[in-house]
Amino acid sequence: MSVLVRIPTPLRAVTKGQGELKVEAASVQELISRLDQEYAGIKARLCEDDGSFRRFINVYVNEEDVRFLQGLATPLKAGDEVSIVPAISGGR
Amino acid sequence: MGYVRGLKCRECARPYPAKALHVCEFCFGPLEVDYDYAAIGRAVDHRSIEAGPPNIWRYRALLPVDGEPTVGRHCGFTPLVRARNLGKALGLSQLYVKNDTVNHPTLSFKDRVVAVAVIKAQEFGFPVVACASTGNLANSVAAHAAEGGLTSFVFIPADLEQGKVVGTSIYAPNVVAVDGTYDEVNRLCSEVADKYGWAFVNINIRPYYAEGSKTFGYEIAEQLGWRAPDHIVVPAAGGSLITKVWKGLKEFYNLGLLPAVPTHMHVAQAAGCGPIVNSVKAGSEIIRPVKQPRTIAKSLAIGNPADGYYAFKVVKDSGGGGEHATDEEIVEAMKLLAATEGIFAETAGGVTVAATKKLVEHGAIGRDEVTVISVTGNGLKTQEAVAGALRVPAHIKPTLASFDAALAQHLPSGAGKGLTAGC
Repeated sequence: MSVLVRIPTPLRAVTKGQGELKVEAASVQELISRLDQEYAGIKARLCEDDGSFRRFINVYVNEEDVRFLQGLATPLKAGDEVSIVPAISGGR
Repeated sequence: MGYVRGLKCRECARPYPAKALHVCEFCFGPLEVDYDYAAIGRAVDHRSIEAGPPNIWRYRALLPVDGEPTVGRHCGFTPLVRARNLGKALGLSQLYVKNDTVNHPTLSFKDRVVAVAVIKAQEFGFPVVACASTGNLANSVAAHAAEGGLTSFVFIPADLEQGKVVGTSIYAPNVVAVDGTYDEVNRLCSEVADKYGWAFVNINIRPYYAEGSKTFGYEIAEQLGWRAPDHIVVPAAGGSLITKVWKGLKEFYNLGLLPAVPTHMHVAQAAGCGPIVNSVKAGSEIIRPVKQPRTIAKSLAIGNPADGYYAFKVVKDSGGGGEHATDEEIVEAMKLLAATEGIFAETAGGVTVAATKKLVEHGAIGRDEVTVISVTGNGLKTQEAVAGALRVPAHIKPTLASFDAALAQHLPSGAGKGLTAGC
């Protein structure tokens, strides 16, 4: 049940420099808990106090934003790829 | 001297120093300028503003610059046009057009934000200013950099139309054409900003840059006689302008410069790229990105608007609405604005006029309510959008007989009435 998690550069200080992690988790919620057990403090960076993702954190499961899947309840299966991407500002 | 206390995260309120920073390093929220409003309140009143220059610098106390403005000294204070003819066509008795088609120097509202950004880049000591853009922003950055004697780099998608490149290249910036979409160009620019330490106006200077948009709202209120209108219709790409117009009105109210802000803020987008309007219509604060924007309003074609959530909030908090415009409706609205008011707006202006028409039809705007349509850019920049939809010239021989024949055949009946010899 291992999934691949991509960590953006600004969060690698928390993950001891690692940009990609293998995590055992059956849902996005479980993934965040597992990450936080291993790398204390990462959950506070990604989530509000109520556990929902912060507004400028985008989490993708296989390229689809979890906001348009089942959010934290989105199920994960072996081989899934999860990307954590801070939103970037822009304007034309 | 200025009244800036520093920067503050809009999400988690963590404070930051007033440097070239734009993202909260803790929660990734956008940073915003934090002012000492009590001190501003002591320094500013109607008379002090009215005594200022006829440009955005009359509101300098509320802009994040430290010294005298070094570029963009003639920007802003564009006409607020009492649009009686367009009002008649749309069924509105008190309609105004805020006309940034004539903003100085590059004929769009972007001069407001870029003037502030380039001054800020100079104050921070950056040797190079840059941006990722497909049009108005590129024009404005190149022009202001030229005026300020700064080196500039403008990153554009490689497939951009020649006409748009000329409007930037004339100011002699370094133009870099990137094989990729706008979003890819933007991502590259973030990396370039980090590696080379340049001032990207809409990336690392963004908190300051965005504040320039407040002047659009300040001017509307002042030009209405220190009164906020009942409605303002604002076009949205990234969604920053509508949030800053609203912020500007609120600031004026909090400083005692306006008695009330009854304004309903309405958002206008193209049907082929309307992620914010989609959210407004669905009543959902989650902005679903549009992967393939398809609209002639290219200056509004941002599929994943950075300030989308905040724009949504402004619309909801102010009791406003949102409407889309199709390509046909955009062209018709551009023609209507030109034919009724003599104002040639770019496609984004067509979007805003078309959206206003729908808001009136749906009852969101009442016929006797004071309404302002935001026209943010000049139609001479997007001529290809309407070129095929206009009447062709009557082609004649250089003789009076040929003209008489053409008049009878092609020109509207009655055009000859009232003509007298010597006219």
